[in-house]
Amino acid sequence: MSTARDYDSIPGTYVYDSRRGREGYALNMFCMSLNSAANRARFKQNESAYLDGFPLSADQRQAVLQRDWLGMLKVGGNIYYTIKIAFCDGLTFQDVAGMMSGVTKEAYAQMMLAGGRNPDGNRHKGEVGKGEDHG
Amino acid sequence: MAEIVAGIACSHVPAIGVAMDRGMTGTPYWDPLFKGYAPAREWLAKLAPDVAIVVYNDHASAFSLEIIPTFLIGVAAEFPIADEGFGPRPVPVVRGHPALAWHLAESLILDEFDMTIANAMPVDHGLTVPLSITCGQPPAWPFPVIPLCVNVVQYPPPTGARCFKLGQAIRRAVATFEEPLRVVIYGTGGMSHQLQGERAGLINRGFDTAFLDGMTRDPQSLTKITHTEYMREAGSEGVEMVMWHVMRGALDEQAVEVYRHYHVPASNTAAGLMILENGVST
Repeated sequence: MSTARDYDSIPGTYVYDSRRGREGYALNMFCMSLNSAANRARFKQNESAYLDGFPLSADQRQAVLQRDWLGMLKVGGNIYYTIKIAFCDGLTFQDVAGMMSGVTKEAYAQMMLAGGRNPDGNRHKGEVGKGEDHG
Repeated sequence: MAEIVAGIACSHVPAIGVAMDRGMTGTPYWDPLFKGYAPAREWLAKLAPDVAIVVYNDHASAFSLEIIPTFLIGVAAEFPIADEGFGPRPVPVVRGHPALAWHLAESLILDEFDMTIANAMPVDHGLTVPLSITCGQPPAWPFPVIPLCVNVVQYPPPTGARCFKLGQAIRRAVATFEEPLRVVIYGTGGMSHQLQGERAGLINRGFDTAFLDGMTRDPQSLTKITHTEYMREAGSEGVEMVMWHVMRGALDEQAVEVYRHYHVPASNTAAGLMILENGVST
């Protein structure tokens, strides 16, 4: 059975496969701990101290502390996990989606109301069209 | 004998649950979506099924990355509402149907579907939002529910073809349960959406429409859609649509569409709802 990673050609997309699963395990398990109200309170009280309890890499730790949502995906974060940090901050999926795609909250909301991001020009890296090349 | 009488395909966007829980369904943003849900609620109330099998995915609620079951069936008498990071949804606890659930678990495993069995498990918006959409806000859910989880968070999810075959096996298993229960099966998730990366917000109305049409026109050919095609065409989280195939596989080949609703946007997502009915029982 082929395990070709042909999805790597999709722009602006971080598929949570085994490569990211191996890199991101500790980061995502820290996020998982935020399902508990007591842990959320401890994290909010002292983020740095709370993170000491998880074996994150320096890059992962920095991405969390800086709320670099896109950066978290690049160091193994999975959106269903990292969104729990956003919930702690009172943010929604749509807030975070806007920040990851590099536009204002208002511009992102308007794009969605207008029917969402057009797949044309956004299917393949390097594609020329209505979309952008996100490398 | 028990019988599957109908299938419901339904997106499970968390914001839809939030809109209901906070009384915002009549706002200009949400009203068009919820208006389209009303006929489905009436249809389901009239059908009054004895039990529902809800095919959904857990979103880092019951399962973390420690253990990732590809297919799982919940056999408990009761499933509590999960805290997904912002407190549990204020919805009724989900009652299970242990007798049918255990029958399904045994039958499916002997039919070569190697299910994980859960005796204790909280359920998240993947299961409760479709219940809210189709049942409204009753003090207790109107029927017991058998949760059937499919992994779609860690790549790769099971293929669409495998999901369809699981649905066929569920149908065989239900048909050998001795009580004369009328069962509905939900396939949840989708439709096109991408929650992550620079490409977040992708919506593909053309893909979604063809998928909805294909549910009755040629469901078998839909099972050949690859994961990469889902992700490229319908967004990285659009791959959730493999779960619709479990529902479809459990129905008659000639199942008929009795209702459809499609709306963009529900937060980041194209929200789809489709009701399929089996023919007259034999």
